[in-house]
Amino acid sequence: MKFGIVVFPGSNCDHDAYHAVSKNLGGNAEFLWHKDTTIPDDFGCIILPGGFSYGDYLRCGAIARFSPIMNEVIRFAGKGGRVLGICNGFQILTEAGLLEGSLYRNKGLNFICSDVFLKTMNNSTTFTSELNVGDILRIPIAHGEGNFVAEDDTIRQLEDENRIIFKYCSPTGAFSEEANPNGSMNDIAGIINKSGNVMGMMPHPERYSDNILGCNDGLSVFKSILNNI
Amino acid sequence: MLQFQASVNITLRKGILDVQGKTVEHALNAIDFPMISNIRIGKHIELSLEAETSEQAYQIVDDACRKLIANPIIEDYVINITGK
Repeated sequence: MKFGIVVFPGSNCDHDAYHAVSKNLGGNAEFLWHKDTTIPDDFGCIILPGGFSYGDYLRCGAIARFSPIMNEVIRFAGKGGRVLGICNGFQILTEAGLLEGSLYRNKGLNFICSDVFLKTMNNSTTFTSELNVGDILRIPIAHGEGNFVAEDDTIRQLEDENRIIFKYCSPTGAFSEEANPNGSMNDIAGIINKSGNVMGMMPHPERYSDNILGCNDGLSVFKSILNNI
Repeated sequence: MLQFQASVNITLRKGILDVQGKTVEHALNAIDFPMISNIRIGKHIELSLEAETSEQAYQIVDDACRKLIANPIIEDYVINITGK
């Protein structure tokens, strides 16, 4: 099983994801170019990495969503293939309609580059099975548009169906306005689709997958994927 | 085929807090403009296109808005078509 990491013009976390998967996790990873029109059969998980695809022009992820590889990613997801979108990858997944909602300008308008704390809300997914519900992870964020918005009905549905996977919290796991860095509705940091095979999250697990960086809390996400395919 | 000009005004949907608009509003209120409120900041897009009729031109631009130019989850848009 291979991880495929899609490289869009402007991706800048593609090599971080590659390092996390191949070096820290010990798995197989290969890059896929955004103009590729096939996903080889031995690929079990596609990662849409962070970055500023197409310069974030028009809206974050709006143009990348029409890259040739995205037709294949949509088909791959439709067949149950695992897709993980991180940061800009999450924005691309919402633009492509694979995940609900949208990521809009941070509440305070600032681009925020800092560590945040995430509470694990659901561990019965391909992406979080190595975690326990309630586990708190320290993971970095680096975004200007991470403020998750959706219709009230959609938010209710995400809550009712237990599809909010990570929520921003304090170091002790409490939810508050201060612990929510970007104003996301219901403190949403990551969600999953109905079928449970497509997850998007704004924080960067690949940036905290190597102990040499002082924390490897993010590795559990990649470990979960590998153990479930 | 006729030539048309179109303009699209995109604003955040009502109910979504316009954080950029709010910030500009606060700045204006703090200087000489306490009477200004409800600032909404959007995008203005101009384009040219060929179509048989202005109705068809509208349909094409509307389709482009739904597919790419706007995100209906968070944005509203108003299209204005004019002949060249």
